[in-house]
Amino acid sequence: MNQTEVFYRQVLRIRRVEEEVARVYPTDKIKSPVHLSIGQEGVSVGICAALRKTDVVCPTYRGHALYLAKGGDLNAMIAELYGKVTGCTRGKGGSMHLIDVAAGVLGASAIVGTTIPLAVGYAYAQRVKKTDTVVASFFGDGAVDEGAFHESMNFAALHKLPVLFVCENNFYSIHSPQLARQPHANLCDRASSYGVKSEQLDGCDVPELYARAQAAVESVRAGDGPRFLECMTYRFREHVGPNEDFHAGYRSREEAEPWFARDPLRLLGQRLDPIVRTRIEAEVELEIADAFAFAESSPFPPSEELLADVYLEAQ
Amino acid sequence: MTRKLSYAEALLEATHQEMAHDPSVVVLGMGVDDFRGIYGTTKGLAETFGPERCFDTPLSEDAMTGVAIGAALGGMRPIHVHIRMDFVLLCMNQLLNIAAKARYMYGASVSVPIVVRSVIGRSWGQGAQHSQGLHSLFMHVPGLKVVAPSTPYDAKGCLVQAIRDNNPVMFVEHRMLHFQRGTVPEHLYALPFGHARVLSPGTDVTIVGISYMAVESLRAQSLLAEVGISAEVIDPVSLLPLDVDTIAASVAKTGRLLIVDTAWTSCGATAEIVTAVFERLGGRSVPFRRLGYAAAPCPTTKNLENLYYPTPATIAQAAHSLVRGDKQPWQPRSVEAPEVVEFKGPF
Repeated sequence: MNQTEVFYRQVLRIRRVEEEVARVYPTDKIKSPVHLSIGQEGVSVGICAALRKTDVVCPTYRGHALYLAKGGDLNAMIAELYGKVTGCTRGKGGSMHLIDVAAGVLGASAIVGTTIPLAVGYAYAQRVKKTDTVVASFFGDGAVDEGAFHESMNFAALHKLPVLFVCENNFYSIHSPQLARQPHANLCDRASSYGVKSEQLDGCDVPELYARAQAAVESVRAGDGPRFLECMTYRFREHVGPNEDFHAGYRSREEAEPWFARDPLRLLGQRLDPIVRTRIEAEVELEIADAFAFAESSPFPPSEELLADVYLEAQ
Repeated sequence: MTRKLSYAEALLEATHQEMAHDPSVVVLGMGVDDFRGIYGTTKGLAETFGPERCFDTPLSEDAMTGVAIGAALGGMRPIHVHIRMDFVLLCMNQLLNIAAKARYMYGASVSVPIVVRSVIGRSWGQGAQHSQGLHSLFMHVPGLKVVAPSTPYDAKGCLVQAIRDNNPVMFVEHRMLHFQRGTVPEHLYALPFGHARVLSPGTDVTIVGISYMAVESLRAQSLLAEVGISAEVIDPVSLLPLDVDTIAASVAKTGRLLIVDTAWTSCGATAEIVTAVFERLGGRSVPFRRLGYAAAPCPTTKNLENLYYPTPATIAQAAHSLVRGDKQPWQPRSVEAPEVVEFKGPF
């Protein structure tokens, strides 16, 4: 399979998973706030392609794309959305707290910015343990307003820790546009002020993003200190929930049109033979149908799970 | 075994021995590697174990708590040290939203073995922001453990246990305790949490003294003995989990309960202990009193500060009124704690 096919399959898989989530949502089988990545999948796919399986990512609550792109288990994710005991957190975390340690997906958090220092600390542990693992911290343009972002950048730069800071700039923090929160659209400058090399990248062009991410990851792994990538992207759906929200007034469909035209799925699809596309689409549909069937047929956690795992006691 | 160490020396020995024993133990915090070494409790660790395992931090309490948690997720056992507990308020998001919940919220995929050491200050002008005992905030939160030992022996054993524990542990130290001396075995030992310690037995009234108030309660016990009242003094040691059994058994014996905290009483550890004891006694209540900080921020001027804290005299008086009633007023002699009198700061 060539690289375009791989990327197409991954973006499509995430897109179709989330479209299925949106389709099932009105049935109320998914009793969990979902923050869909639709439109933003290219960032996770491009960055994760540059990471090793043993590398680690720290996602946000808008984390379906990153979870899947890093290799998180699809069945466990859908079962989690359904609140089933076979879910990746046994039904206790839901959509905002996806985790798959084996795949290198550290847990996502509903509190914006909280996982940024976790990534830095995880990277510190790698330094002490003398591994060459790279940790990628994902966050949005809203998280950059949090003190934890600046404190984390400062410390990671100070110790030249192996962290790749990935800002998915989708221009909105819930409904507040970037320039209503920040005096300048200068996220890279902010990172640079800590001595962290920064680049603004096109989040829709997956092959290009992958190439740039590869160079950044290589540098981070070599011990040259953290890097900051601002990936420009656009959220197609509402902040939370399955629908579009262009009627709500805070942004217009006209504003979104150029992003629809540069939908990463569309850009990748254009580069593939329709026969190949059809084959990939069929395979992806099969896998997703299986995952939803798995979730449907899985049991809910038994009552004794309520108080299980509050603490970890030595055996 | 009669070797005596100060509380501060016991903390250093526990940390040093655990770091030698387990390469995943790291110490971080503002000033942990400087020439003072947090009252000597971290002195020499950076020199012995290297700057990667004992390191100073920027003034970034929020993110550095996240860094400690992230390092724990990555296989370390970090000890994050705060020279004052008041600074831990800057860490609440990471402690309550991540550390306390990660094990549960992530379906047992991870654990967060961190220790957060913090010091409650007192005297010589510490004032409103260098003297708060905030342990009850953490007792409220499932997923955390909270310990506040008062003796050097328990300080060492509890810190070792805190380091080895697979959960986030709030280790609460009172600045005045650092000067206390007591027998501390040289070997490594861990004291399991959830065990209160009867510091001194008695029959007429149970006095539960939290952290430094255990020391002050022992002084009160001596005053009470002068008027023929036998007080049993208990140090809960571990506040979450709380050893309700030991305290309730004592209360069942003495029929009276006085709880003294180095914190405010409202919604505090004293309220929790009273409730838990009476629940354990099947809803039966006994005469009880609570003492703690005056319901105000801590003033700096000495004459007001003297009124702010429970003292051996006020503790003894409260116990006396529980035993003999309020109709027999008694003014015990004033006992000033030497460590408070001698303390000349700055911290």
